[in-house]
Amino acid sequence: MNKIMSAEQAIAQISDGMTVGIGGWGPRRKPMALIREILRSDLTDLTIVAYGGADVGMLCAAGKVKKVIFAFVSLDFIPLEPYFRQARQNGSIQVMEVDEGMLLLGLRAAAWKIPFIPTSVGLGTDVIKNNSELAIITSPYDEKDWVAMPALKLDVSLVHVDKADTRGVCQIKGPDLYMDDWFARAAEVTIASCEDIVDSDYFSPSDEARHVHWERSETTTVVHLPCGAHPTSCAPFYGFDVAHFELYNATAKEGGFDHYSETYIAGKDEQEYQEAVGGEDKIKSIPLPVY
Amino acid sequence: MTTTAAEYRLCELMICAAAETFRGNGEVLATGIGVIPRLAASLAMKSCNTDLMMTDSEAWMLSAPNAVSGRHFGEGQKQESWMGFSRIFDNVWGGKRHALVGPSQIDRFGQTNISALGGTYEQPKVQMLGVRGFPGNSISHANSFYVPAHSKRVFVEGECDVVCSIGYNAERLPRGYSFDDIDIRRVVTDLCVMDWCGPNHQLRLVSLHPGITVQQVTDNTGFEVHVGNELTTTAAPTLEQLAIITALDPVGTRHKQLADNPMGDRR
Repeated sequence: MNKIMSAEQAIAQISDGMTVGIGGWGPRRKPMALIREILRSDLTDLTIVAYGGADVGMLCAAGKVKKVIFAFVSLDFIPLEPYFRQARQNGSIQVMEVDEGMLLLGLRAAAWKIPFIPTSVGLGTDVIKNNSELAIITSPYDEKDWVAMPALKLDVSLVHVDKADTRGVCQIKGPDLYMDDWFARAAEVTIASCEDIVDSDYFSPSDEARHVHWERSETTTVVHLPCGAHPTSCAPFYGFDVAHFELYNATAKEGGFDHYSETYIAGKDEQEYQEAVGGEDKIKSIPLPVY
Repeated sequence: MTTTAAEYRLCELMICAAAETFRGNGEVLATGIGVIPRLAASLAMKSCNTDLMMTDSEAWMLSAPNAVSGRHFGEGQKQESWMGFSRIFDNVWGGKRHALVGPSQIDRFGQTNISALGGTYEQPKVQMLGVRGFPGNSISHANSFYVPAHSKRVFVEGECDVVCSIGYNAERLPRGYSFDDIDIRRVVTDLCVMDWCGPNHQLRLVSLHPGITVQQVTDNTGFEVHVGNELTTTAAPTLEQLAIITALDPVGTRHKQLADNPMGDRR
């Protein structure tokens, strides 16, 4: 089986109104080249599920989003995502705001094909008050309230990985896979962009296979997009592009997203994008953050 | 043998006061979000509670805390286990954690807000981070709060605009729960140290920083603070503590956290 597609072919699997999960975390290992392909498309009315960063901000700014299911949307070193903030403050998107762990439980429930997972998380907070779809249930085993975190079934998930073969074996060697395995399992269609395409034999030594975190049956499509996480990080290959994020953040105050998009995304392919931000060599030389 | 420092900055006083919140906690994951809370947790791990656990703020558990400044890429660190973000929840829900966090709003119930301010939930006036992990933290393990600028904007008169963490609020208490299931420890501000051990879990003044009055605290808090007879002055850092703090922050990032970097003794 050969699962390789172009970014355009891969994104053509998404339809208006679908629920799309996005892997990564804040400014880390986001499938940004696939996000840019959505930005170039006519897609609209999407429900986005993410540990959000500029992926969510850009999709909101471009009017692609009906609803965001989130616990945070942040660029970390710039705490507040400027375009998500605008969308919320304009009242232009619906939200389901839950705890970070509830989001994980929702993905697990979807992956395991169960309707909900009981949890104490959310009790006593406005997470319950603001989400009328969250049910409080009784337990057959005690006399306490429990939150029934519903399955977050995804039509499509987008993730960015280090290496993949044509059959969809995906490797992430960075120190954290975040929740990418659960995003892959919770979705009907999982599109993985990758830094490198490798032969299946690449995974044969056990220390290589140790960094494969889900079965190839969970990966539907593989897209070869080197530097495809930029401007987010892809440890251990490159860090997040602080200067580019600062520039992106500044456009929210002056110029607007249209200006950003015209400079970097609209009418450009990924090679042209990379040239506009300084080229592949420059991206690959961006240092990883030190905390 | 400990010697009290003759001169110290307010940030250092707050780091030492906040470190005390981890004393006697045993083997728990200490999480300090922000420079001063992280230095507080790190100081505690280096002094009053060497059993504490800590991460590198990314994917590894450390046997000794990283410095918060002056580190360079590839320097290495004392890793003791993998601790990716998904595994943090296994720790959180097991309860063996104490987080020191800086909410934007804190109300009289000890409920906090980092999500949004004003307007309506559908259209907030100011969108902030989102609830992040606050709901789960608050119902699963101990939490303390760090407030760099003690004011009525933080300690709000009514309830928080978005209640992100459970507090000592009878009206919101879930079925089968009591206040004993909620563990809010201390609040360290630029004026004082407080806890939630007043009558019926009221916010209580524990110690005033040197040169600060009760009046300053009550004037800058949007609800009643319990002031009992046991009120003390916040202990000045020792030379030993300052040496540990300097080693953990050689570049002095702590001095940029509070407006004008005031002296710790304001008498």
